[in-house]
Amino acid sequence: MFKLLKKIFLVDLFQGLRVTFRNQNPKYIYTEQYPAERPQVAERYRGAPRLNNNPDNGETLCIACNLCALACPENLIVVGSERNEATRRKELTYFTYDTSRCMFCGLCEDACPVDALELTQDFELATYTREGQVWDRQMLEEGPKPTQYKC
Amino acid sequence: MPDATFLDSTELVLNMGPQHPSTHGVLRVILKLDGEKVLGTDCVIGYLHRGVEKIAENRTYAQFNPYVDRMDYVAAISNGLGYCLAVEKLLNVEAPPRAQVVRVILTELNRIASHLLWLGTHALDIGAITPVFYCLREREEALKIFEKYCGARLTTHAFRIGGLLYETYEGFEREVRDFCKMFVPKVDEYEELLTNNRIWKARLIGVGILSAEECKEYGVTGPVLRAAGVKWDLRKAQPYSGYEKYDFEIPTRANGDTYDRYVVRMQEMRQAVRIMEQAVEAIPEGPIMGKVGKVIKPPVGEAYVSIEAPKGELGYYVVSDGSTQPYRCRVRPPSFVNLQALDRMIRGGLVADVVAVIGTLDIVLGEIDR
Ligand code: SF4
Ligand code: SF4
Repeated sequence: MFKLLKKIFLVDLFQGLRVTFRNQNPKYIYTEQYPAERPQVAERYRGAPRLNNNPDNGETLCIACNLCALACPENLIVVGSERNEATRRKELTYFTYDTSRCMFCGLCEDACPVDALELTQDFELATYTREGQVWDRQMLEEGPKPTQYKC
Repeated sequence: MPDATFLDSTELVLNMGPQHPSTHGVLRVILKLDGEKVLGTDCVIGYLHRGVEKIAENRTYAQFNPYVDRMDYVAAISNGLGYCLAVEKLLNVEAPPRAQVVRVILTELNRIASHLLWLGTHALDIGAITPVFYCLREREEALKIFEKYCGARLTTHAFRIGGLLYETYEGFEREVRDFCKMFVPKVDEYEELLTNNRIWKARLIGVGILSAEECKEYGVTGPVLRAAGVKWDLRKAQPYSGYEKYDFEIPTRANGDTYDRYVVRMQEMRQAVRIMEQAVEAIPEGPIMGKVGKVIKPPVGEAYVSIEAPKGELGYYVVSDGSTQPYRCRVRPPSFVNLQALDRMIRGGLVADVVAVIGTLDIVLGEIDR
């Protein structure tokens, strides 16, 4: 009898509806309004690569040791170096990083002995062309400059 | 004049997928139908094949680690744990206690995230749209913890061979505790929406029955096996990573139908919270990385380690020839084995139940095709 009444009065469905109405509270809005409202990613976020410069003199920190290229499972980093006869040290000539093949695993960052290569918090990496995905040294030093929309 | 009248039944072969949203990826199912009745199914897999096992043979042990995340991308951390444990067994090292506890917390959190995605999409397939929003909302909280811990949300690459690379961040314990506290009432909320709902029950009870014997024949593991009444959980049967220290139950049900699998997974989420609550109180101090050299070069040998992933038994079989690269890495993915039971579960059922049964198996195609 009780069961029948429960069935007739749709108790189970109203129970579910109660949950839905409870969640109508505007306090429970979770959706981010992305282009207008940019998310704050975590500090350890592994996003766009960056080749850091020494903040004091603006020279690159990279010592062209090639360890990042060796650590990368996808072999997408190419480090070019030249021996400078005056200082007798290897110097970085070019550095390319193919973000289209990168899986942002962070192994290159871990391998770098001088913290020159770093995966930063920038996450907007879309480009219009495939070629645009291959970042050269200048791009890596400056970082991406995505268009920001204000609403 | 065609001979067939509407009284005759003709077999109809229907192609479902690979772009069907309810096949959870790129699974193609060839259905043989007699009206609404399913006479048989044939699964065509391989659309997502990337040759991960072959990739392993061309990468060093550490380099292969990020690839395993991309097999079962919904439970990337469990995959990482399985692979790291297998290589650690080859190397004969063990992760330090602190690393083990953090691993347990993250894997259980990943179990919850995986089950939440399953619950949301499964309910969506069956026609209950609301749960998916709530499930993804809570999953977001879990993913935020992953992001803060290791810097990625889905393909995390959280563990390294020998332990952990990342130390826990400031406030990790508090956030995990908050998550546990927040999460249990949310499970009640999902249950309020679904467990007693008459449509949910009518769609699930008695659908896709797989008995315990059949489960064993097919080698099906995980919640599907436990819903058939077999108390088998590798965390209890062959404890790894210190699971023997935690007090939790293995939820089982008797009937082995779709509804029972739903109940078992809901219970599992509660048990995962229980494990996390115990683990977070007992994070010991100490190092997080075991004695593993910079170059990982295991001795000649082989190792098989299986863990209880959210979807079932996940096994990694790694063979070393003494070099820095694995000679062979074979993965035993739970979804691949569980999918074999699809035909048995759906034969004789109705075409509308096909999506319910595919959903209840909780498959991830990245893992099936590898
Ligand atoms: S993040 Fe991983 S895949 Fe990308 S460049 Fe670094 S090592 Fe290679
Ligand atoms: S590992 Fe660091 S220092 Fe060495 S080449 Fe790469 S970025 Fe430069």
